[in-house]
Amino acid sequence: MKCNFADTLLQCYFDGELSGRAAAEFERHVQHCAHCATELVDLDLLRGSLQLTQLYKPAPASLRRTINAYIHPVAPSRAVSQPLLWHWLAAAAAMLFIGIVLWKASPGLRSDDYQAELAGEIVEAHVRSLQPGQMTGITSNDERVVQGWLDSRTSFNVSVRDFANRGFSLHGGRLDTIEGRDVAVLVYERNGRPINVFIWPTREKDNPPRTGARQGFQWLDWRKGKLEFCAVSEADTADLERLQELISTSAQISRESH
Amino acid sequence: MSELELADRARFEQLVLPHVDAAFNLARWLLRGRADAEDVAQEALLRACRFFRGFHGGDARAWLLQIVRNTCYTWLEKNRPMELSMEFDEEIHLQACATPETLAIAGDDRERLILALETLPPRFREILVLRELEGCSYKEIAAITSIPIGTVMSSLSRARRQLCSALANSSTKGAVREV
Repeated sequence: MKCNFADTLLQCYFDGELSGRAAAEFERHVQHCAHCATELVDLDLLRGSLQLTQLYKPAPASLRRTINAYIHPVAPSRAVSQPLLWHWLAAAAAMLFIGIVLWKASPGLRSDDYQAELAGEIVEAHVRSLQPGQMTGITSNDERVVQGWLDSRTSFNVSVRDFANRGFSLHGGRLDTIEGRDVAVLVYERNGRPINVFIWPTREKDNPPRTGARQGFQWLDWRKGKLEFCAVSEADTADLERLQELISTSAQISRESH
Repeated sequence: MSELELADRARFEQLVLPHVDAAFNLARWLLRGRADAEDVAQEALLRACRFFRGFHGGDARAWLLQIVRNTCYTWLEKNRPMELSMEFDEEIHLQACATPETLAIAGDDRERLILALETLPPRFREILVLRELEGCSYKEIAAITSIPIGTVMSSLSRARRQLCSALANSSTKGAVREV
């Protein structure tokens, strides 16, 4: 025998979705309706089975770790505030531009057309970097986190290594666009000074490091394994050369191990 | 694509991260597999992170679960389209209607209950999981699933009836197997 109150109304009552007055009315009804009373017991048994069987699946620790690493990549003790990082990146981009202009002024090093194009792009990169809201980047000292962040955003492979034990600690990475292509930027710190390494793919042959200086900033550029690197910093040229060696050696090792 | 600003990051941790379990649980029941659920829940959470600026207060759990649900359905459409077209034959299943006794037996049998729940079509399964395991109100379920509240009520009623009959069926089959 089906009751008029059955189904949705009964279910609303069971789920606590009825207003006080409607619930009271339904309760008066249940006292005289065996059908609804039985249905309520069934619903309660079903809920009991579902809840007592511990069907709820909590998230695995690995999921929490991944999410935490994504949103909160840096250990608090080594965190650098974003504005400071962007400030340095902007300075680095400006420096790189100066470096390129300087380069362009030295005939014979590169073709003028290529230089003009690259310089134009780096000016744009510089302008973009002055607008913090427009930047994308990750602050982390975990090489795997930075690697993963870059891998999912670039079409080329950059091997990310932290050289904290050699005095160059990894601070993060970001993306920029030069010549319409993604350029990866790795941020290191040496004696409290940031070093930015711009990396992009190239078809040209390996090239030994070239250095230059302007207004107290140093730059060092080299090509290796179809990638071009340009490190810029306030740090000594000797420091940039050490970092260049570390990066080149680690890239060599990771290629050989594959 | 924009990353979280420092201030947003704190808000995200405070509002959204408490619901990581809810996100995984829903994905686990919609996809029926732990490894797939972890991948898809992760994708949904990262998506929530990226679009967090678009969240202007309100129920963070419902907001997150909505993203999880959509990500799960997109994944199912791509990887297991058959499941989405799965129809549950109410005529056949309702012949064996559950009695309190069969339910009480099922309550002792975890595997049988999991199987019964997994046999339901995804749209009924999700509504039961949201109501019974997640404790969502009708209004919250309507917000998460983007279906009208009246449809939430009728779907929940049908989902419960189907679960009862699936349980009754599986207990009959179980009895046959034991013989």
